[in-house]
Amino acid sequence: MAAKVLLKNDHIEGIRYYDTYRKHGGYEAAEKALKMAQADIVEEVKKSGLRGRGGAGFPTGMKWSFLAKPDGVPRHLVCNADESEPGTFKDRYLMEFHPHILIEGLLISSFALGSNATYIYIRGEYAWIVNILEEAIDEAKKAGWLGKNIQGTGFDCEIYVHRGAGAYICGEETALIESLEGKRGNPRMKPPFPAIQGLWMRPTVVNNVETLAAVVPIINMGGEEYAKIGVGRSTGSKLLSVCGNVNKPGVYEIDMTISVEEFIYSDEYCGGIPNGKRLKACIPGGSSVPIVPANLLFKTAKGETRYMNYESLSDGGFATGTMMGSGGFIVLDEDQCIVRHTMTLARFYNHESCGQCSPCREGTGWMYKILKNIEGGKGKMSDIGLLWDIQRRIEGNTICPLGDAAAWPVAAAIRHFRDEFEWHVNNPEESQRRNYGLAHYADPIHVPASA
Amino acid sequence: MSEPTPKFKVTVDNISIEVAPGTTILNAARMIGGDVTPPAMCYYSKLPESGGKCRTCLVEVSKGSEKDPRPMPKLVPSCRTTVMDGMEVKNITSEKVIDARKGIVEMLLINHPLDCPVCDQAGECDLQNLSYEHGTEKTRYEFPRRTFEKEDIGPHIQLHMTRCILCYRCVYTADQLTQKREHGVLERGDHSEISTLLHKSLDNEFIGNVIDVCPVGALTDKTFRFKNRVWFTKPVDAHCSCTKCSGKARLWMRGEEVYRVTARKNEWGEVEDWICNECRFEKKSAKDWVVECPSKIKRSSVIAQGHYENTVKTPVLIDKVIGKQPKLLMNIHDVSDVNRPEIELSKIEGPAHSNDFNTGK
Repeated sequence: MAAKVLLKNDHIEGIRYYDTYRKHGGYEAAEKALKMAQADIVEEVKKSGLRGRGGAGFPTGMKWSFLAKPDGVPRHLVCNADESEPGTFKDRYLMEFHPHILIEGLLISSFALGSNATYIYIRGEYAWIVNILEEAIDEAKKAGWLGKNIQGTGFDCEIYVHRGAGAYICGEETALIESLEGKRGNPRMKPPFPAIQGLWMRPTVVNNVETLAAVVPIINMGGEEYAKIGVGRSTGSKLLSVCGNVNKPGVYEIDMTISVEEFIYSDEYCGGIPNGKRLKACIPGGSSVPIVPANLLFKTAKGETRYMNYESLSDGGFATGTMMGSGGFIVLDEDQCIVRHTMTLARFYNHESCGQCSPCREGTGWMYKILKNIEGGKGKMSDIGLLWDIQRRIEGNTICPLGDAAAWPVAAAIRHFRDEFEWHVNNPEESQRRNYGLAHYADPIHVPASA
Repeated sequence: MSEPTPKFKVTVDNISIEVAPGTTILNAARMIGGDVTPPAMCYYSKLPESGGKCRTCLVEVSKGSEKDPRPMPKLVPSCRTTVMDGMEVKNITSEKVIDARKGIVEMLLINHPLDCPVCDQAGECDLQNLSYEHGTEKTRYEFPRRTFEKEDIGPHIQLHMTRCILCYRCVYTADQLTQKREHGVLERGDHSEISTLLHKSLDNEFIGNVIDVCPVGALTDKTFRFKNRVWFTKPVDAHCSCTKCSGKARLWMRGEEVYRVTARKNEWGEVEDWICNECRFEKKSAKDWVVECPSKIKRSSVIAQGHYENTVKTPVLIDKVIGKQPKLLMNIHDVSDVNRPEIELSKIEGPAHSNDFNTGK
């Protein structure tokens, strides 16, 4: 079943503009929310079970309730639109074609959290979207949804769009805050968490674009009703950006009850793999999450069907599972080389490490150089063990999650595709001419019968 | 009488101590001293905001506090984590910590040039000490090491960016000294570098202190460059009347000649009082100074080799850490009388001399 929650008006021409958006039910949630008590809005979001859509999946309502509220200190809401994870482009779609749902979500959330100055920190490369957002903000302001004394409630709110300068690390919330303050985008040491001391040392909530947009349907239909979409603790709808070897790459909205197999092969979504090729591997949640081979993608290690939701995707932990992450769904067919692919990711993390703490600064570059050697046919068998050792010593030992994000793809590639790395080492010349191919990566795995 | 402030009890490697709330794990461990103190390459108690970057001081918190005994899921930087009442910390007793620290030392060294034979910092280098204690004897890194273009940052200070481990200490020092930012980090990742704004030279009156805070040989004193090895010079504490700074400094002498002037450092290698550029770079004659006494130098330091007075022994705590007396594998006196068993070696002051063994024979 296709859930249409955030993108339900996707087919309407001109939904980008205020008048059309308003005509199709836009700002009704804001009308409703401005009459509610602030604590009730937070309560609705809690009831909805909404989880952060930026990648970590932390419950949004809980994050909001952590916000410190000392007297006389302004609070801030910051929208994290620094969508830089390779393979993730869902927020871009939302902001480009539905800017008003974000503005409305921001208004409701700012009201609930008491933020009079709200910021959208947008990645520098999304230069044209800044104009779209600012146009939408102007329209909303003219219609009395932003500025002073909004709709006669006495609540003031301004939204500012701030462009980043093209650094992946500025998507980490404390680095984003530093950057927003005009400093070098180095992540801060935590604690204190942003909810206590964030932007300009004031209590701050940082949320992803999709999370804040989802506040609109939550208020419209009520938290409990929203929680009925989806399954278990994966409530609501989720935007996925699909790329790689599929017939129909793009942004899709799902309700988290469909299986991974259906998502890849049904015509409604990805439409299968082009040219009759077979599936080799998939990264379901953006480049940082572990890659899984085809035989662990459709079925868990226990032999159960894997669904597109937080729990099912992470079933089996990192040993046999992966993560929902940010929803950057990357599909690799049998012609893709895992070694080359891992090298590309390692190069990315090496380039994007802020250089503040030693394991990430030195380790990411080291991993990239070793992977480059293996890929170029100059690898040694001991390099594979060394890679494993480096990633193990980066993971968990860094200030921010970039260290983990750099370590996980390498770890998962070696865990599941060690044969392919070994083949590269043992066949240095052949590996320059052809790919390892599918090998046994789609073969069904033996599931021990349960007692 | 005011109410006594509540104290938190914290246990590091089975040794308990009571500290004031707000103390970091590292500082609590420093109060115990000895082997249970984690090494710190970037933390500097006199520089607010420093720390948390080098990750050498990572420790395992096996019990969060009395109220919430859950262990912390990850290793935590002890320099930036404050203690809770009843916290239990594992440093040298945790295999995870030893392994992580080994990894971090290895990573700090992969791009370090290891040009110790020609480096002025050798002998008083924190990275040298760290790798001696926690590193491995071989490197697994097989690629060319990172290099940088040379940059001149002024008449007094030599910048060797290749040796830098990006601890940010000098950045915080410069931030404290000046209102305008002219010294900071450019670029990012493994090509980030310490630099000055538009290649301006640093001319603050106290900027020489960045040399003292640098844990490696990335910032060295141009007036001392290649003049001598630090272990051939003898450190003495001296003072002068200076209108700009406290005038309390440490002279590094050979005979009557003052080779180098630095600030005085405490047992953790941290500067006690900042000194001005004039004291550091210009007062290079013994008559500029009133010498007080030989400086206290750790006995384990290579500098102590040429300097037998005032060496400081670090406390040996192994019996407390393992909860029993360590078992002696062999007592040399049981198998050999070469050393004269009745002469207690540890009671000999200064270097052992044949005279010490010839007495009464």
